[in-house]
Amino acid sequence: MHKESDIRIPLILGDKNYKDITDDVIRPIESKAPRGWYILISIFGIFALWGVGCIVYLLGTGIGVWGLNKTVEWAWDITNFVWWVGIGHAGTLISAVLLLFRQKWRMAINRASEAMTIFAVMMAGLFPLIHMGRLWVGYWVFPLPNQFGSMWVNVNSPLFWDVFAISTYFSVGMVFWYIGLIPDFATIRDRVTKPLAKRAYGILSFGWTGNAKAWNRFEIVSLVLAGLATPLVFSVHSIVSFDFATSVIPGWHTTIFPPYFVSGAVFSGFAMVQTLMLVLRKAFKLEAYLHTKHIEYMNIVILTTGSIVGVAYITELFISWYSGVEYEAYAFLNRATGPYWWSYAAMMTCNVVSPQLMWSKKLRTNLTFTFILAAVVNVGMWFERFVIIVTSIHRDYVPSAWSYFHPTWVDIGVYVGTLGIFFVLYLLFARYFPVLPIAELKTILKSSGENYKKGFGHGEGYYDSHIEKH
Amino acid sequence: MTDKVIYAMYDDDDVTKEACQSLVDNGVHVADVFSPFPIHGIDPIIGIKHTRLGIAAFMYGITGLLLAIIATRYFMVSDWHGINIGGKPNFSYLENIPSFVPILFEFTVLCAAHGMALTYFLRNKTLPGMPARNPDPRTTDDRFVVEVRLAENSNFSLDQLNDMIKETGIVEIDEKTIK
Repeated sequence: MHKESDIRIPLILGDKNYKDITDDVIRPIESKAPRGWYILISIFGIFALWGVGCIVYLLGTGIGVWGLNKTVEWAWDITNFVWWVGIGHAGTLISAVLLLFRQKWRMAINRASEAMTIFAVMMAGLFPLIHMGRLWVGYWVFPLPNQFGSMWVNVNSPLFWDVFAISTYFSVGMVFWYIGLIPDFATIRDRVTKPLAKRAYGILSFGWTGNAKAWNRFEIVSLVLAGLATPLVFSVHSIVSFDFATSVIPGWHTTIFPPYFVSGAVFSGFAMVQTLMLVLRKAFKLEAYLHTKHIEYMNIVILTTGSIVGVAYITELFISWYSGVEYEAYAFLNRATGPYWWSYAAMMTCNVVSPQLMWSKKLRTNLTFTFILAAVVNVGMWFERFVIIVTSIHRDYVPSAWSYFHPTWVDIGVYVGTLGIFFVLYLLFARYFPVLPIAELKTILKSSGENYKKGFGHGEGYYDSHIEKH
Repeated sequence: MTDKVIYAMYDDDDVTKEACQSLVDNGVHVADVFSPFPIHGIDPIIGIKHTRLGIAAFMYGITGLLLAIIATRYFMVSDWHGINIGGKPNFSYLENIPSFVPILFEFTVLCAAHGMALTYFLRNKTLPGMPARNPDPRTTDDRFVVEVRLAENSNFSLDQLNDMIKETGIVEIDEKTIK
């Protein structure tokens, strides 16, 4: 165990002991849901139902009900797909990359952001699936032996790479999340008194005992999964960017795409984490575990990745001119000054200009400002994908084929529906699952808890006396 | 055969570790320690070997990579020999391998992660619906339990063991007979 510098702000505030951590995290599960929870889940439930209705209508009628036309044959669905996958990048980044870097502040946010990741990737996966039209043959994307002879999926195709990347990411992320949840489910199992809850959490906790060997394995599994998930996070959005970068469309055919997409994904993912966590900490009174310092750390990540994204936009613009390729140059000129200038302007303002405000310590430690900025970033990142996808193809090689994309109510309905489903799932998670990793938080209490740092609780110098002995 | 088991309960991870150390120094064999979170540094004291799950993950990963190589080679080079798709003709595996890298990588990670996770569940004997096997429900909250078995400490009597344990900073002690 290492001792943390005294000048560092403790990660767990107040006079907490192990029991308090358990109580604070499990209290929302044991007590009745507040009225706000019912109101929110009803609102988002209506959105979700509306989305399901739109999907059913879409499948029954055909892709023609979307606003696509012969020039713009990829628009809202792929924009939403990339947006959701991007949001799904923060969770694994927090739990895997920050674990490898021993960033202990991740423990305040990793559980909830991994849940966010899983739900976001589910929403992302929905879009290619419904775009196929025939939902029931969706399994054809996997290389399965079939009755058609040598009908294989094309391993050269970035779309097939995407199938593997997203499904691997989803399933590995799920396993990583669940392995961390098991000890916490066991804590709930051993506490709750209602028979139904006891039985449910008993099943979920897989009979966890918490003996020394199990914890030894737990730590190694977490570490190795983090090691595997780290390149996985970067590979997933790189491969999503290959969907565009390996094509020959001006504006898409760019080698900068993989790093640019990955940092954009982390940028939007952290913004969504801020949105969700700011509400969660307030509603569940978890301010002691997730305080301004955590919010500030996340804002610094947003500032860094936002700046990388900004540099990427400007590099793209410069290269389009410097390459001397007329098509490239036009594609970018058209983005900034063509009929879609407003989406380009929205993207630039939300993603490049607004995160720069985070240089001010006053602003990045202001929670209201953070909440607003997180929303702005998420809007901006949606526009980024829209700009890349729609404005690159709406004016193709023959001017007579130039067109403009208008979303229909089905386009909008499906998107709103995925937002609804996402928040419904998230609200259910927040109600029934431990939103903070109870076991992991207990491991940092002595090195980074305020009472141990200051010495109250167990008396002055308690911690140091234990450090000397070991 | 019946056996007596002593469960000594503590309320602090460092105290538990010190207690284990002093018991082990006296020649007592500690069967197990149950705790609400990992106690760093307790494994060498009570003689728990480092897990080999990392090696297992590596083996699963290698298996995944091999399977992916066999599959991509079969689909693209042997079954679809010579078809030019998107300017990526597939006459030989080596020339075509760059466009298979994403699949090879993803499948390696898939097999390594899931193989390791399954092994972890089986080795820990944690599977859906299994009953709780911790000696006291408080060990998943804020209590730490050290388990000492009489049969494993044949050169001590039950009273001797109890006395030794009581000298450590326990908060509770419990005896059970198991069959």
